[in-house]
Amino acid sequence: MRNNVVRLEKTVVDKEKAAAVMQQADASVTPPSMPPVVKTGNNRERWSAALKAVMLPALTFAIVIAIWQFIHVQVVQEIPAPAVTWDKAVEIFSDPLADNGPNDMGVAWQVLYSLGRVMAGFGLAVLIGVPIGFLMGMSPTFHAAWQPLIQILRPVSPLAWLPIGLLLFRSVDPSAIFVIFITCIWPTLVNTAAGVQAVPKDYLNVAAVLRLGKLEIARKILLPATLPYIITGMRLSLSIAWMVIVAAEMLTGGIGIGFYIWDEWNNLSVPAIIVCIVLIGLVGIVLDGIMSAVQKRYDYSRA
Amino acid sequence: MNSYLSLENINMTFNTKSGAFCALDEVSMRIDKGEFISIIGHSGCGKSTVLNIVAGLLQASAGGVLLENREVNTPGPDRAVVFQNHSLLPWLSVYDNVRLAVDKVFSSCKSKKERHDWTVENLALVHMEHALDKRPSEISGGMKQRVGIARALAMEPKVLLMDEPFGALDALTRAHLQDSLMEIHARLKNTVIMITHDVDEAVLLSDRIVMMTNGPAASIGEILRIDLARPRQRLALADDGAYNHYRAEVLRFLYERQRRPAGEAA
Repeated sequence: MRNNVVRLEKTVVDKEKAAAVMQQADASVTPPSMPPVVKTGNNRERWSAALKAVMLPALTFAIVIAIWQFIHVQVVQEIPAPAVTWDKAVEIFSDPLADNGPNDMGVAWQVLYSLGRVMAGFGLAVLIGVPIGFLMGMSPTFHAAWQPLIQILRPVSPLAWLPIGLLLFRSVDPSAIFVIFITCIWPTLVNTAAGVQAVPKDYLNVAAVLRLGKLEIARKILLPATLPYIITGMRLSLSIAWMVIVAAEMLTGGIGIGFYIWDEWNNLSVPAIIVCIVLIGLVGIVLDGIMSAVQKRYDYSRA
Repeated sequence: MNSYLSLENINMTFNTKSGAFCALDEVSMRIDKGEFISIIGHSGCGKSTVLNIVAGLLQASAGGVLLENREVNTPGPDRAVVFQNHSLLPWLSVYDNVRLAVDKVFSSCKSKKERHDWTVENLALVHMEHALDKRPSEISGGMKQRVGIARALAMEPKVLLMDEPFGALDALTRAHLQDSLMEIHARLKNTVIMITHDVDEAVLLSDRIVMMTNGPAASIGEILRIDLARPRQRLALADDGAYNHYRAEVLRFLYERQRRPAGEAA
């Protein structure tokens, strides 16, 4: 049993050898003679794993809520009690699609507007970042030309670009999208370029023997070989963008989850703010989950 | 003078940071149509460099390669390569890996249906017709190499170039693939240049074994003609006097005449 576990771990680590190891495992034909004791042990392990996966996080949540309650009672009373916050959550989610004019829309609308801006900026960044990243990966000249500019701009908080966006577009909505675009462009660019540079020489040799043209090489070899890197860049971009949009909307106003929080702060409705914090986190998990699924789909070594 | 493939006075010098490095010095050989040639030598003797120059993936510093009396110095499907690590494209199925080559080489002279049949036929030749829709990550190392061979054969190359094709495989799988390769060679009469580290493999498969001296400035040390009747059976040959004589010849060359200095042996 122990042996098997070790072997499985190896399989995961050393993907190249995976197939060979699997064959060996096949050849030894052990499954029918597996003693039942092993199975029980396996079940018990599974149960304790499940218990860990549920109970430990639950315990952490309980502790955090207890500390929260303590702060409310003993330190800062303006921080609402967990119970009050829960009631507020029930109220907010009872009618998430409410639409009582532009100043009073349900929380689902706020999230959707924010998501829309994120998707617009993110989509633009992918459309522009991937081709430029490709050029950087393929041409050392292009790389040398662009690298210093990217190095200087990459560490800058995307919010610093907001005034530039306001000047350029004279309107808040495109400015927020512009900020998200700036957020997403760097990880997309850098990862795409790194992916193109990491394409194994062997694939290019195959292309050379087949006399593929430049465009064919880009389409049939470089693009699929780079796709996992591009998706990694997109996943990074999206998770940062979801963080940045909240701050951007606090500054631009209008509708969106960021401004919603700011609005609730002005109304001194702190329970709503806490509900939003959790909601933003949950949406972030969903976004990352989607990107992670896409990433798995294009991980050729697992297929 | 009209040999099928000839390497004429090939020199190869690499420009490295520590100055020019002469890898190959005056390598010449003539190969007949249908011949199976093995190149053997210690690591770093420039075997792969020779193969890459024939393939056109590297340009010789001096000298050249003639195929049917025409100089070849760029890569092309007439000199298909089976790479050591198979080099299958991981996002394509087994079928699509071969089909990519078939589509490219026969785009003008074969119909869609013919290209499909030709793809399947070549995969059947290496006994991989059962795994057409599998991805490379789903099949074993030996199977990957079979597909690599099918892809090369499907190009109908004038010369098949194999760079240590079975080097990464375990002994049993390697023996299976060697048998398959002998079968295919008997049937299609391909001209083959194979690089190998394995003395038994070289003697079993080859018509001639080209033994290279150690680098730098490696060249051809000896050429050994293997006059064993085909088809060859590995079991029968194990006790065969002539076979063992050839084997001993190669071993003597590698371990007496071209023994590496102790410090470099690793």
